[in-house]
Order: sequence, then structure tokens, then C-alpha cells
Amino acid sequence: MPIDILMPALSPTMEEGKLAKWLKAEGDTVSAGDVIAEIETDKATMEVEAVDEGTLGKILVPEGTDAVKVNEKIAILLGEGEDASAIDAAASAPAPAVAPAPAAESPAAAAPVPAAPAASKPADDPEIPAGTAMKSSTVREALRDAMAEEMRRDPDVFVMGEEVAEYQGAYKITQGLLDEFSAKRVIDTPITEHGFAGLGVGAAMAGLKPIVEFMTFNFAMQAIDQIINSAAKTLYMSGGQMGAPIVFRGPNGAAARVGAQHSQDYASWYAHVPGLKVIQPYSAADAKGLLKAAIRDPNPVIFLENEILYGHSFEIPDMDDFVLPIGKAKVEREGTDVTLVSWGIGMTYTMKAVDELAGMGISAEVINLRTIRPLDIDTVIASVQKTGRIVTIEEAFPMCSVSSEIACQVQEKAFDYLDAPVLRVTGKDVPMPYAANLEKLALPNVQEVIDAVKAVTYTA
Amino acid sequence: MAATKKSSAGTSAKSAGRSRGAAKTAAPAIAEFDKDQELHAYREMLLIRRFEEKAGQLYGMGLIGGFCHLYIGQEAVVVGLQIAKKDGDQMITGYRDHGHMLAMDLDPKGVMAELTGRRGGLSKGKGGSMHMFSKEKHFYGGHGIVGAQVSLGTGIGFANKYRENGNVAMAFFGDGASNQGQVYESFNMAELWKLPVIYVIENNKYGMGTSVARASANTDLSQRGSSFGIQGEQVDGMDVRAVAAAGEKALEWCRSGKGPYILEMITYRYRGHSMSDPAKYRSKDEVQKMRTEHDPIEQVRARLIEKKWATEDELKAIDKDVRAVVAEAAEFAQTDPEPDPSELYTDILL
Repeated sequence: MPIDILMPALSPTMEEGKLAKWLKAEGDTVSAGDVIAEIETDKATMEVEAVDEGTLGKILVPEGTDAVKVNEKIAILLGEGEDASAIDAAASAPAPAVAPAPAAESPAAAAPVPAAPAASKPADDPEIPAGTAMKSSTVREALRDAMAEEMRRDPDVFVMGEEVAEYQGAYKITQGLLDEFSAKRVIDTPITEHGFAGLGVGAAMAGLKPIVEFMTFNFAMQAIDQIINSAAKTLYMSGGQMGAPIVFRGPNGAAARVGAQHSQDYASWYAHVPGLKVIQPYSAADAKGLLKAAIRDPNPVIFLENEILYGHSFEIPDMDDFVLPIGKAKVEREGTDVTLVSWGIGMTYTMKAVDELAGMGISAEVINLRTIRPLDIDTVIASVQKTGRIVTIEEAFPMCSVSSEIACQVQEKAFDYLDAPVLRVTGKDVPMPYAANLEKLALPNVQEVIDAVKAVTYTA
Repeated sequence: MAATKKSSAGTSAKSAGRSRGAAKTAAPAIAEFDKDQELHAYREMLLIRRFEEKAGQLYGMGLIGGFCHLYIGQEAVVVGLQIAKKDGDQMITGYRDHGHMLAMDLDPKGVMAELTGRRGGLSKGKGGSMHMFSKEKHFYGGHGIVGAQVSLGTGIGFANKYRENGNVAMAFFGDGASNQGQVYESFNMAELWKLPVIYVIENNKYGMGTSVARASANTDLSQRGSSFGIQGEQVDGMDVRAVAAAGEKALEWCRSGKGPYILEMITYRYRGHSMSDPAKYRSKDEVQKMRTEHDPIEQVRARLIEKKWATEDELKAIDKDVRAVVAEAAEFAQTDPEPDPSELYTDILL
């Protein structure tokens, strides 16, 4: 029986990749362990090794093909005694069942389409001048470009962290920076979060502008004393004499299938602390405009990225110097019936839900917070005064979450405008499980957003 | 010293440490000070001593709150390094920081007013005893988390190297902090990147109430950098001349691009860890012996008299001057108003 060779998943979050090169030709003998192909993900070029031995019978996906989905058949391996006649049968067989892709999300029930859908209206970004040309960029590229632009602009800016230089970034965010800026300004550190976070704060106190990359914010737990006690509090404790202009950045929150210790959203932890600014971008434009602002900011800034969003593409303004204001939310969609407030990866559920809701005749206004601290509560309140209802959406734990804070401030400042309780859609109150089905249950989903909106709008 | 197996402070550094490994270097010979240097050291140390005595008194009167850690007994360490350093070299330390501020020429009135939480304090009354800073004077604090200043000081050294400014950062910490993990993370990076940092371990024998021998598997703290290849030596931290000589050597080492250096200053604090510490973990005799036989100020005083570089009357005049400076600081610290309530919400962000 011929063996199917499938497109492998080469990282926890990989959904597709480019089949860059075949290193074996049809008819070649292959032994287990032979490198048969090279695959480019958005993070790296990886070699694919044969698992079984045999003869490469047929290549189904030619080299140079982009966007080959994980688990797609890319070639057929013939066993001993098999010939090309076995290929046709194998090629026409359906691919074996695979585990569900973690990011795939579909509504449980198709809603009836009303006669006049109350669609939310995409809102212009007031920060982008009218008529600005747009281009496509991944969040990953936007972050890299933001750092490169700021490093060109200010020689005091440097980036340090684990694997940021020669490896080009564990998630390839710092790709190309070493070549342009040299090892003086793109610095590989030992695995020593507490130490290099403290070193970075000290360098900032001495006037440099470090960008400290944590491979993930889970590892920043080892360094949190320096972030809180040294970076955040020194300006106050010195009566304004000495601050720390530093950016701590890296992926935050759940990736996919990496378990409890690598899957936590720290937004509310850092947002709790006076003396810090906390940013959680969603789109590539958020990432670029806000990272540039963060690097220029004279205060310590926590910049919470998301690994799953790194590969997502968005339209981004094609401008020389695109900087967004810290502390200003963006109205992503204008609507009238309910306010949806989200940020970071929570926005992915929110934007999908909005389209579903429109089909159900519910016009949702979507606010992308962009910055967690300082919180742009004014934009939220203005929207709630219009809609009378609010649902927050985030992946973090519910207890003492950013959602909790928003709920509190909304009832303090817009109590009389509320027509329903404030509802939160959050990650579940459990450590992140590993099993695919449990992980899916632990995270929020589009249906939960729709259910919450139905609840606050009292629609069945 | 009954409580430790270590050599006592005041013995020569050569007999204090067992030679172990390539990182061990002999302490330089004690440099002789000239008359001006001796008089300078005497006045500076006396200022710290009298200032701290006054701070202790104000604490007893309830005018200083919270934690207050006095530097009495350890004066030679910071004054010796102040003599050795060049303009532009930085200091950063932990919570026992009043002496460092005075040695770095921060205004005694501002320091004392900070202790009493007044608006004229160096941090406008918002920092307190453990948190004062002056970029202008190259003093980077005053840090309350044990060991944190070691990583921060390493970062100041990093900035010196990045800017190629020829300055050296001195990060002071105690024998207690020398067991914190980030100290070793810092050592590793400092040697790896050849950063100009001197790690000054002020070994005053006790981390709060725990003697070095009860806290450290290897009590020769000068060798704590040996696995990273960092040179280190023990220094008689009660002799300001020994401190200055060791400091000059270490500063030259760092300035010439050879990387970090460790100076373990064998010293002693006469008072408790903080004002609320009765210091029952050591005998009165132990303290008394240090005071009478190894006091850093008395050593200078004896040399000044012996060499006839100063008369008793002249030394009394210096003492009178110093007392006047301290009295003025104490007076200011008691009469200066508390911060305006509007200050509550300032200096959080720039």
C-alpha cells in the first residue's frame, strides 16, 4: 500500500506553509531519516525528513507552491514491490481524518437572514489621514518594521533578548535586524530573564532606550520584580528625577497546545500597576503604530503581542512614519444595539461575531481598546451611552480581569444608561489544558460572544 | 568574632582569604594617604557617622518612619571608593544608602528631609530612606529589593560600554544579597560582555540577623565570580586606604576593557540591621571590639595625630563643622513642610 506523505505541522501555531524545495525526485529511493524537502513557514525554513523507506512514487505538490495546508498530501511513497499503478488509487483516496485546526471556529447554528440586516459599519481610523495608500502586512512584519524604523531614528534604541540576533528571533520578529544594526544593538542574551530585565532597566535609567524581548511573557514572571519594583516605581520614588524609558515586548497569552505554563494572558497583571503603560495590539496597524509609540515613550511600556496573530495579515497605512497614540481606543465598527469591547486576540472572536450578529439583525459597535493602561474608558462610555449594552471579550482568566475593570467603571460612569448587566466573555477559570478539545473549551469562542449579545439584548 | 568562622574585619586581606583558583588576586598594598587625603577621608566619614547618629535620634523621636538602615561602622567602604573614582563613575546600592548619597555629594539637607518625608527631600518626600537618586551626581539609588541593584548596576555598566564613555559603574550589595540568583545572572552577562562594573560586596557579617556562615556555603564572597572567571579580592573595609587602593586597581581594570571586578569589603555595622533590630544575634563584646580596635574613623584620626598632620583642636574643629552641617540638615528636615497633597498624583508617568 503506498504511503501518503503529508504536509507536516512544524510549530504549535502553523496552519500552512510553502513547499520551497524537493530534495528528492520521483523514482528516488528514500530511507527513513533522509531529508526529502524544505518547507518555509512564516517563521523558518525547515527540513522534512522521511519517516518510512521506499521509492518516491509521485510528487503531488510541486516545489514553490505557497500556502500548502498542514496535513495536505504532498507526495506518495511506494513500498517494496509497488509500482506506479498503485499511485492512482492512492491519490484518489480521501486524506485521513485529522485533528481539528485549533483556530477554526464556526457558529453552531446558522441564523436566519433578516430582510434588512442591521450591519455594523466599518469605521475609518481617525489616526490615518484620508486618502493614505494601504498595503498588506502581517503583524510579524509590522513589529519588525516598527523596531527597525525606530532604531534608524534613535541610536540609543537597542533590542535584547533570547535568540533575537543570530537566530533572527524565536518567532522571527527581529528578522534582519542583526544585519542592519550589528551585534552592538541587537543582542542575544543568555537564558536569564531576571538578569537581563534588570540590566535593561539599569541601562534605561542611564538613558538608553532598550527593547527587551521576552520569548514569551510567561517567562517574564521570572523578571516581574524588576518590571514592577524597578521600572514602574522609580520615577515616583525619585520625585520625577529618574525614569526608565524601556519597552518589554513579546508574545502573551495562549498560543496553541502548549499547556498551562505557556498559555496565560498577563494584561491585567501589568495593568494593575501605576507607572506602567500596557498595550495589547490586534492588527498589524495597531502593532506598528503602537510599538513605535512605545519605543518613543519615556515610560516603561509593556507590549503584549500574540503568537497566533503574528502570521495574520492586515491592511496597514503605507506611510513613512505611522505612529498611533497610546491610550486611545479605536472604534472598529459603528453600531447601535450593543457595544463589544475587546483587544488583542479577543478581537478575532469579536469581529467574526459581528458579522453573525448583523445577519440576526443586531447592530454591534466594536471598540478595539489597543491600550489597556491608560484605559480609554471615555470611548467605551460614549458607546455605552448610545447602545445601553456592553459585552467584553478577552482570552484571559475572568477573576480580576481587564473585563472586570471595564465592568466596574461602566457601572460607575454610565449606570443610568445600562439596559442590561455588563457581560464578560473570557477564558475559563482553569489552567490551560493540553488536550485539543479541552483547550478549545477553555478559550472563548464566537458562539459565546453571540450568546452574550443575545442575553444583553434580550433576544432569543 | 564568635559567630563566624571567617577572619575578622580589620585583619589583613592576605590572611583573610584562602587562595583559590585563577580568579583570586592579592590585594594591593595599602596606599599611604597624604595629609589632604587623610583629612578628606576623616571629614567625609565623620559626616556620615554624625549624620547617621542624628538620623537614629530623629527616628527615635518618631520623625523618621518606616525602615531606616544606618551605615555606622561601614563608612570607609564608600568613602574609600569615592576617593578612588573619577568624575562620571556611577554608584548604585541597596537600602543602606545614606552613606553613599553623602559620599556622592548629595545635599545632606535633602537626604535628611527625605528621611522625614518632607517636600525638600531629594525625592520630594515620595521615596524615603531607601529611595533617593541623582543623575547629576551619578547616584542611581537607593533600592529596596535585596539584589535588584546588582542587575540594575550591570545595566548602567552596559550603558557605559554602549556609549564608550569610559565610566565605570559600582554596584554595592551586602553579604545577604550575594545569595540572590540575579547576582549570578548579572555576573555572567557582565563577564560575557566585558562590562565595566565593580561589584562591591559590603560584607558586614550579617544579612539582617543571619551570619554569613549560616547563609553561605562558601564564605569567601570574593570568589563568588570565580565560575565566571571574574577577578575578586577581599579588602579590609575598615581601612579607608586599603579600600581606595583596591578601588583604584579595580577601576583601572574595568576602564581598560577587561570586564567586571569583585571587591569584597570586610566591614562591620555597629547598629542593628534596621532601627527595630535589637541585634541579639551577636554579642556586645563583638561590637565593642570592632569599635575600639578597628573603627575606620579612629584609624584615620590616630594617623593624623601620630604624623602631626592635625592637632586635637583642629580635629575638634572639623567635628564641629560636621555637626553644624548635620544640625542644619536636621533642622531643615523638621521645619520643611510635608509635600503638597497634589504631589500624590505627580511623577507616576512622564
